[in-house]
Amino acid sequence: MAQPEVVEAVVRPAALGTLVEVLRARGYRVVGPTVRDGAIVYDEIAGAAQLPVGWTDVQQPGRYRLERRGDAALFGYAVGPHSWKQHLLPPRLRLLRIRRGGGEGSEAVEGSEAVEGSEAAEEFEAAEEFEAAEEPTPRTRVAFLGVRSCELHAIAIQDRILLGGGTRDRDYAARRSDVFIAAVNCHEPGGTCFCVSMNTGPAVREGYDLVLSEILDADHRLLVEAGTARGAEVVGELAGRAAEPADRTAARAAVDRAADRMGRTVEAADLRDLLADNLEHPRWDEVAQRCLTCGNCTMVCPTCFCTSVEDVSDLRGGEAERWRSWESCFSLDHSYLHGGSIRAAGRSRYRQWLTHKFGTWHDQFGTSGCVGCGRCITWCPVGIDVTEELAAIRANSLAGDPDPTSAQPRPPAREARDDAS
Amino acid sequence: MRTSASTSPSASPSTAAARPRLAVWKFASCDGCQLTLLNCEDELLPLAAEVEIAYFLEASSATVAGPYDLSLVEGSVTTQADAQRIGEIRAASRRLVTIGACATAGGIQALRNFADVDGYLAAVYATPAYVSTLSTSTPISAHVRVDFELQGCPIDSRQLLEVISAFLAGRRPAISSASVCTECKRRGTVCVMVAHGTPCLGPVTHAGCGAICPAWHRGCYGCFGPMESPNTPALVRELTVLGMDDRETGRVFRTFNAAAPAFLAASRDAAEGGGIHAEDTDAEDTDAEDTQAEDTHAEQ
Ligand code: SF4
Ligand code: SF4
Ligand code: SF4
Ligand code: SF4
Repeated sequence: MAQPEVVEAVVRPAALGTLVEVLRARGYRVVGPTVRDGAIVYDEIAGAAQLPVGWTDVQQPGRYRLERRGDAALFGYAVGPHSWKQHLLPPRLRLLRIRRGGGEGSEAVEGSEAVEGSEAAEEFEAAEEFEAAEEPTPRTRVAFLGVRSCELHAIAIQDRILLGGGTRDRDYAARRSDVFIAAVNCHEPGGTCFCVSMNTGPAVREGYDLVLSEILDADHRLLVEAGTARGAEVVGELAGRAAEPADRTAARAAVDRAADRMGRTVEAADLRDLLADNLEHPRWDEVAQRCLTCGNCTMVCPTCFCTSVEDVSDLRGGEAERWRSWESCFSLDHSYLHGGSIRAAGRSRYRQWLTHKFGTWHDQFGTSGCVGCGRCITWCPVGIDVTEELAAIRANSLAGDPDPTSAQPRPPAREARDDAS
Repeated sequence: MRTSASTSPSASPSTAAARPRLAVWKFASCDGCQLTLLNCEDELLPLAAEVEIAYFLEASSATVAGPYDLSLVEGSVTTQADAQRIGEIRAASRRLVTIGACATAGGIQALRNFADVDGYLAAVYATPAYVSTLSTSTPISAHVRVDFELQGCPIDSRQLLEVISAFLAGRRPAISSASVCTECKRRGTVCVMVAHGTPCLGPVTHAGCGAICPAWHRGCYGCFGPMESPNTPALVRELTVLGMDDRETGRVFRTFNAAAPAFLAASRDAAEGGGIHAEDTDAEDTDAEDTQAEDTHAEQ
């Protein structure tokens, strides 16, 4: 069906309801912000009434509270405990089912499809007495409503990791293949946000189908701009009026004000080298005193992509399944090599997280792994703040100091030392 | 506990002629973990087909003499006779897996470790001399070599089936020893500590339950015992920020896993901080705590 394409329009807040309807009519499951259990989470929404109208969040290290705003803002809050990772890289996923005694005439594993040319499946079927079925790739049309600039950067980072280069995650590729992105410019940064420092926000720049800017003056309205042809079709159905210069100016001013009110800052220049020069900084010991090694920071991080794969078999030994779950570099299993974990001490695990996120990520993927969303700061139960940790290391950098450990072998041996503790 | 499960495969589960022999033993305990096995209704028949249930008094009074391929042990050691019995069971078992907080950490009855047991005996029994008991409740691993410890009070039925399946297949059980928080986040639960200010032991507690309590807006009570690297001093500092005093922080670590080393150290530290005392386990308070624990589980 051909729709009029409109690249820019101004709509009333009620048009958000139309937006959800239009997307649902096009077959999209709409996932957006909604209030649940004292936080704004991302969940499937059926209508605009489920949006957090008039709510805001007050965030600081280890603390998150919802508060009433006193207006009817639709997007007057920052990011919450969920990220879009929940929907693109599910926390738990069955990858494969294997049944003993398949062969001629046996039934396929229920609900699954045998995948031609799948390496894992072939490997097992080569043994003939097994029948293997990879989990069917999901066919989902999903629309993400209210995606922030930092989150678009996070999705782009995960795309690069899971779709780019030598590896391609088939489940992620399937989930990512038909996502409609309705982004929103941030006007209310949280107390732990630092996207300006990471150059990832608060203004949305690319990677969206449409982007909303909420204008909260006496004439509550939203400027909607399309970024793709299908976005323009959707904007065309919202029955808005043409945007005027005053609308654009007001929207621009709101996002500029947000940029000036970041809760936190990081001096991002040369973080990779700074961390590489400070692997023996005493700060790692100090933070390890506080760190619970609970893994919350990595679970809420929208770019952390680590997963573990487990094979389980049933009581009869007749069926086996392979499951993938979110993993964290704070668990002992994450660094388990034969016989033990190479990052036994909390110090090593915290150092792995921070140096990977801000340092070695550059070597691996050509960007920082941090988008400045602040989730790891807010959702750390003891309020450990990555911006504070980085600043502390920078303030007393060991770079250029005569290396007190220079007589010792370089990093691998240092890790091994932890094992003895 | 990732040491021994995979070292050598047990009898092949596919040869029906020589079904592995399973035994289930009870020491000082409430039977809740054995009930977890009995409650696995859908899996009990397949289990009975794969193994010979040679000794399981909770299910059947018919018993078969050892040796056993897999022994599941519930309960802690609280008497001299039991200390001897566990040695005999170990000798008759190829693999020995302990199940539940009692067997893995001494259980709630390890509260006696902080108290004067002779005083209790005199107060409760008309003829204390008839009662033969040790002054401590200790985990099975304090007495014999254990091949795998499955934590929980009670244990989780899916985890129990996973452990049995793994031992039958001669593989390592897929049981994570990371924090309850990892399960809480995978489940998408909003953190009760960060968003509500509710004290929660999830960060120091062993995964396995699926993070039930936070999903019901309650803090974790630590019924699965310590996780792999519990930083209890750091959590206690946070609990204090949330308004708990030494007495309260000490008591939250003295429940189902009071004698697990990390929780024991935490409650000792609190006691030194002026909170609970070694003798501070008078009967009234203990009852109140038991009731609270039951409530938690009733809700599940
Ligand atoms: S920071 Fe840790 S969990 Fe996150 S991607 Fe890196 S290694 Fe994985
Ligand atoms: S930094 Fe905070 S959230 Fe991350 S593992 Fe340590 S205590 Fe947990
Ligand atoms: S509610 Fe408890 S278990 Fe869940 S993330 Fe928070 S501290 Fe961890
Ligand atoms: S107290 Fe609740 S959340 Fe904690 S381990 Fe037990 S069942 Fe799980």
